[in-house]
Amino acid sequence: MTLFIEQLINGLQLGTMLFLMASGLTLVFGVMGLINLAHGSFYMVGAYATALVTAATGSFFVGLVAGIAVAAAVGALVELIVIRRLYHRPHLDQVLATFALILIFSEGTRWVFGSSPLWLNPPAMLSGSVTLPGGLRYPIYRLVIIAVGVAVAVGMYFLITRTRLGMRIRAGESDREMIGALGVNIARLYTLVFAMGAALAGLAGAMVGALQSVQVGMGEPVLILAFVVIVIGGIGSIKGALYGAILVGVVDTLGRVFLPAFFRQFMSPSEAAGVGSAIAAMLIYIMMAAILAFKPKGLFAANE
Amino acid sequence: MKRLASLGLGLLMTASMTAVQADEVRIGMITTLSGGGSHLGVDVRDGFMLAMERSGRNDVRVLIQDDANRPDLARSLSNEFMQRDNVDILTGIIWSNLAMAVVPAAVRQGTFYISPNAGPSDLAGRMCHENYFNVAYQNDNLHGAMGAYMREQGFERPILLAPNYPAGTDALAGFKHLYEGEVVDEIYTQMGQTDYAAEIARIRASDADSLFFFLPGGMGISFMKQWENSGVDLPVFGAAFSFDETIIKAVGSAAIGAMNTSLWAYDLDNEANHTFVEAFREAYGRMPTLYAAQGYDTANLILSALEKAHPSDQDAFREALREADFDTVRGKFRFGPNHHPIQDIHVREVVEGDDGQPTNRLVGIAVEDIQDIYHEQCQM
Amino acid sequence: MNKSNTSTLAPQPGLPTPAASWYDRKGLVQIGLLAFLLLAPLALYFLGHIYYVNLASRITLIAMAAVGLNLAIGYGGMVSFGHAAYFGLGGYVAGISAYHAFDFTPVIGWPIAIPGSDSMLVIWLAAILLCGLLALAIGAISLRTTGVYFIMITLAFAQMMYYFANSWPTYGGEDGLPIFLRNGLPWVDTNDALTFFLICFGGLVLSLALTSRIMKSRFGAALTMARLNDTRLATAGISPYPIRLVAFVISAMITGLAGALYADLNGFVSPTMLSWHMSGELMVIVILGGVGRLYGPLAGALLFVMMETLLGGMTEYWQLFLGLVLLFVVLFAKHGVMGWLAGRERHE
Repeated sequence: MTLFIEQLINGLQLGTMLFLMASGLTLVFGVMGLINLAHGSFYMVGAYATALVTAATGSFFVGLVAGIAVAAAVGALVELIVIRRLYHRPHLDQVLATFALILIFSEGTRWVFGSSPLWLNPPAMLSGSVTLPGGLRYPIYRLVIIAVGVAVAVGMYFLITRTRLGMRIRAGESDREMIGALGVNIARLYTLVFAMGAALAGLAGAMVGALQSVQVGMGEPVLILAFVVIVIGGIGSIKGALYGAILVGVVDTLGRVFLPAFFRQFMSPSEAAGVGSAIAAMLIYIMMAAILAFKPKGLFAANE
Repeated sequence: MKRLASLGLGLLMTASMTAVQADEVRIGMITTLSGGGSHLGVDVRDGFMLAMERSGRNDVRVLIQDDANRPDLARSLSNEFMQRDNVDILTGIIWSNLAMAVVPAAVRQGTFYISPNAGPSDLAGRMCHENYFNVAYQNDNLHGAMGAYMREQGFERPILLAPNYPAGTDALAGFKHLYEGEVVDEIYTQMGQTDYAAEIARIRASDADSLFFFLPGGMGISFMKQWENSGVDLPVFGAAFSFDETIIKAVGSAAIGAMNTSLWAYDLDNEANHTFVEAFREAYGRMPTLYAAQGYDTANLILSALEKAHPSDQDAFREALREADFDTVRGKFRFGPNHHPIQDIHVREVVEGDDGQPTNRLVGIAVEDIQDIYHEQCQM
Repeated sequence: MNKSNTSTLAPQPGLPTPAASWYDRKGLVQIGLLAFLLLAPLALYFLGHIYYVNLASRITLIAMAAVGLNLAIGYGGMVSFGHAAYFGLGGYVAGISAYHAFDFTPVIGWPIAIPGSDSMLVIWLAAILLCGLLALAIGAISLRTTGVYFIMITLAFAQMMYYFANSWPTYGGEDGLPIFLRNGLPWVDTNDALTFFLICFGGLVLSLALTSRIMKSRFGAALTMARLNDTRLATAGISPYPIRLVAFVISAMITGLAGALYADLNGFVSPTMLSWHMSGELMVIVILGGVGRLYGPLAGALLFVMMETLLGGMTEYWQLFLGLVLLFVVLFAKHGVMGWLAGRERHE
């Protein structure tokens, strides 16, 4: 039973990691209607900047701040040079242009920083594990990730419902022409929102990078998962991204754990492990197809 | 007429229409220089070219192309090398799936293929070929050797972890073949998986006394970092693929204490190895990995055979390769009947180096003269 | 807010055009492209440069796969990010069939034994049928969604196929499946590079002709209308859903046939053919050539493969430059290579 609860927490934790990534993606889509495949590149930029600054200063927290700042700056720059030309283009052009950006970012990073993965570990005060009520030992850093995910969710809720910027974002989501007419500088708003999305991706890259391999192309597997998340949740909806992320995290984790055990009932252990993990790999995509078959706009469609 | 046509089709051509010296030897290297896992290809290339430069031969030309870790591109590049550049020898491929796309067709067309890394079981067994040589290992070698070592060290309940793809299942099969005992469980993860919390929880809940894992590249880095944070206290074993010098630098302190099997170590005590490690550090300013060592040995094997015969004399050149008459950085090296190495596999431990960074230290020999189990299926 | 996307799709291909003649600019460019693709390998073959013949086969097959995708994206307005599923399935049909023919084992033993085959005709038929069936299932679900959801659900289905192929050990998993002997046709030697190229070229011409034929038919007009304004189509008493579904299925069949030939060209099939990079690459080629231009995929494939070959020979950072070129094309050459070579379509 403890094991089941532990796996449930693992699922939640994977969900919050995905939410960090998906929140920026869905924000950018909700406000600007832009599909950004290069979102994973900002994740990579955040992780690289954090790793490099952490190595130089010896402080993970300085590195983290630098990671977020660099990702936001790179995001703003990319918006000014490339992205703003794409808002009025069909999705097809957006997909292609941001696909090209992935190639440019990945190979450019490799050119500058080389092919070897970089070192980045959680700070000493956050490493190790603690005993939770019920006798469960759990890594501190993973609990911190859950906390950061919750903080981002709450922060975004307040930003969008309680601030002037949030009001403009909501206005932008529902009627783009209108906010222009109201005298809001749309170009600046869009740059700001895009940089915010990039900063969120950078935050995710920095936080998760400490648990993973900081290397070229690290953003791609997460990117696809983040897209699954926001499509399930309803594109443009922060709430949808949160629920979608947790759903995907939990289903993926439990599938990986329990499907092999399930197939062991009637197969040899090796076969069961193979078949089980094959189906587990497909599980979230099956879930996504099933959800879209019944709710073609996702669970929490932001707007019609 | 020829020139006219070439001019008209200029776009299709690249500048390779240079005159060919009659006895010049051409080597085509297809390796992974971009995308994920490219540090392996870069090291193979650098080790290979180091040996070429040190040989001082100017009648050997090495053409290098990046396969971006894509089988169809690798296949197209091999056609380019064989059909346009008329190379005598192909080499360089890192990944088994790319080797399977390129090698069978290449050797059938009469080109030599000398593998500096990938050694899938099919190429060692039922699809072996007289023109195919592997200088590195058969994929199972390192895993099997670790199985034997762990048995010898008295571990009785290992738990195994690998990604769910052919190299992963082969790795665990190879391990079990030489471990020859019951394992607690086998856990298969997804390709490219980045979060291992669920798997670590399963390992914690099991009653295993040790962990053996095979997670190459970034997957291994992610796993080791998360493993350290989880507080699970089992001894960790693996193959060198998860513990090369580049990877353990990225993992950091989490790698310390892990044992791994390798066909080579930079502190192996032999003359050729001292020369190699020193020359490599001087030329490239970093520590060589086992991939660099494999690239270096591959080039030296080719050079040793070129001393005796030109590849156009296929039978003589093949014989010269079989003799493996070169100064290997591994101390000793010979080919089995299926042109795969029979070699010692060493055990290394990750320790803290003088500069505070983790590094590998040679512990001893896991298995002497290991040979793959597929050679019996090979009919040459 | 997402509604505006369909109307911003600038080129409007497929509407009835005044009879185009072969001798106007567009006609000349089209004939020039085809002639170049046919005559260049022919000449190089007789000069002994086999490599370029194989390269031309590769261009031809990628172009053919993109012709299929173009029918969905360009003419049908269905932005599929998962056509690698059909390309790969076609490839696996060729691979699996040859594997069993080589081993003399049945592909399926139950309920009826289906033997493997190394005849291209059988393989083509099977590839077309299976890809059609797969597309029917995927399309039936996916076409209930629109916009980004459609893009992502088609991607999800392709990812399912990818993970499945990766971890299914029988046919090699990630290592892929080699085809030892190229599958054959009666009376001709498919191992000859030129013969094989001509087969591929024939396939490309047929798929171009089929697309052109479809788009001139009443069905094509309905498909165009479904893309531009499906409400108007619905008021005319035609439901857009089955029209789109049929076009999607045909599109997948063309791509699948190209995939079967591509596996034979490489002598090899692997899950890479099913990866999202492959889907992306096909989309890139369609856009590069010009969306909804009949010969766009051909121009796009020529340019893409040549860039890949030339840049790859020059620098190990070739993908960076590839990215820059692609970005430039999207931002500044909206109508792709065909728009630049042949001018805009008349009705724009």
